[in-house]
Amino acid sequence: MKMLVCISKTPDTTAKIAFTNNNSTFDTNGVTFIMNPTDEWYALVRAIEIKEQTGTGSVTVINVGPKENESIVIQKALAIGADNAVRIDAVPDDAHFVAAQIAAHAETENYDIIFTGKETIDYNGSAIGGMVAELLNLPYISLANSLQLINATTASATREIEGGIEEVEVAVPFVISAQKGMAEQRIPNMRGIMAARTKPVKVLPPKDFSPYTSIVSYELPPARTQVKLIDPEHPEELIRLLHEQAKVI
Amino acid sequence: MSVLIYVNHQNGKIKKSTFETALYARKVAEMLQTDEVIALSLGQVSDEALTLLGNYGVTKVLSDNQALFDHFDAGVHTKALASAVEQTGATAIIISQNSNGKAIAPRLSMRLKAGLVSGAIELPIVNGNTFTVKKSVFSGKAFANYSILTPIKIIALNPNSYPVVKGQGLAAVEQFNSGITASDVKIKVKEIKSLSDSVPLPEAELVVSAGRGMKGPENWGMIEELAQALGAATACSRPVADVHWRPHHEHVGQTGITIRPNLYIAIGISGAIQHLAGVNNSKVIVVINKDPEAPFFKAADYGIVGDAFEIIPKLTQAVKAFKAQNN
Repeated sequence: MKMLVCISKTPDTTAKIAFTNNNSTFDTNGVTFIMNPTDEWYALVRAIEIKEQTGTGSVTVINVGPKENESIVIQKALAIGADNAVRIDAVPDDAHFVAAQIAAHAETENYDIIFTGKETIDYNGSAIGGMVAELLNLPYISLANSLQLINATTASATREIEGGIEEVEVAVPFVISAQKGMAEQRIPNMRGIMAARTKPVKVLPPKDFSPYTSIVSYELPPARTQVKLIDPEHPEELIRLLHEQAKVI
Repeated sequence: MSVLIYVNHQNGKIKKSTFETALYARKVAEMLQTDEVIALSLGQVSDEALTLLGNYGVTKVLSDNQALFDHFDAGVHTKALASAVEQTGATAIIISQNSNGKAIAPRLSMRLKAGLVSGAIELPIVNGNTFTVKKSVFSGKAFANYSILTPIKIIALNPNSYPVVKGQGLAAVEQFNSGITASDVKIKVKEIKSLSDSVPLPEAELVVSAGRGMKGPENWGMIEELAQALGAATACSRPVADVHWRPHHEHVGQTGITIRPNLYIAIGISGAIQHLAGVNNSKVIVVINKDPEAPFFKAADYGIVGDAFEIIPKLTQAVKAFKAQNN
């Protein structure tokens, strides 16, 4: 299987979120960036597992972003076990732009499976997989929590649906977005870190594409009022407040 | 000019998310100074049920009830939606950001070359041909206002973001030929496992959730009893799902399901930032924990410091008494 894994750079989960330029720009000062967790823990690791199980094929990671992303996310992906990497040298304007860049690379490479994480933890769009699938005219399995190869041309997966789990079968090539259950997180070891330094990273110029959306401004949510504590001996008071004050029951 | 919505249904029953998107679309239509809110229904739903979408502001329903649509294939549903957009001239499309919506909306966006804001939480601000749409970003730690720059706009609305109030009116139902054939279907659904009879977590308005503070799976009976008394769905924190005390589909948080119910009751959950990322858009948060220093209290509206094993049975009794008095 020739596999492509889309990886994104996101602020660390614990990062303090602040904005500058009259709330039009995310303030990256002091923010630690990481590989997006669902891309890393589930999509990338499952692709590597499939390669290990079949004993053939390759895992390429792709990132749309500036050179600094090579040290922040690409090297880690290679250390975990990807074979090579592609970086599209561009600022990732919006999801449409990013998907167009990935699809432009993928359409010449004939990947069997293209993986994404279920969403990034910064813009929470859940959009790249579907967009890439449409641009390449491929089937798309979203929110998948397992993926197994049946044979060289067919795979089965389970995906989350409202109130249930669906088991599906699909022929390669296809696009899949991975979530919890797909694989277990892997920590890169020293051997992997050393090997990553010799693995190839191809840098490509971006395809010309005008974004479909732009962020006008950011806002922080209003601070919650201080918690109102209720006497544990009288939980019925909570029910009264939820009914009369909060009006949620 | 019209506004188009996608009908979510299961076993022929129209889901609440459809009513929510219909009412949202009705408001968008008013902003665009059009009266037409069109719904596209794919798969087998009775005309009678579709007509009742008029109660939620829909004027016309296009129905293609081929059995081909009964099993979900995002590519097939996208193609049918695009066909409906072409035939109706819709300039705004509203889709629920649920599990199917997350697969369809981005595909449709690229197919129509239309800007998408996924996970919208409010009505757009419409200024001429410009839409500005608010969505939650950074796992609920901020909001971003997006401008959609294309002539056709797609909004994927987060579940539980817009109030559902049933009104009056009947929608006209028209048979629709989406042009889909068996050769379009690329994904074969082998089996669907229904997880429970209760409301799916992303749609639930009330959620009772518990964590390691419950000490073991054998103690979940009292959580379920409280949830049942309230008419709530049950959920859990990640560690609980990881050790298989509860199934993974109940795990809410950054790596699990993101929810925004009206009421989220967290019992024996300390409130790690990864958990908060999945629930911090809940309208009201109640925390029950014996540790007064649990970080979750800082995000809570109401709290009870104490032993959950003593508090929950009393709380359940209080809910039952309240329900008996108010029903």
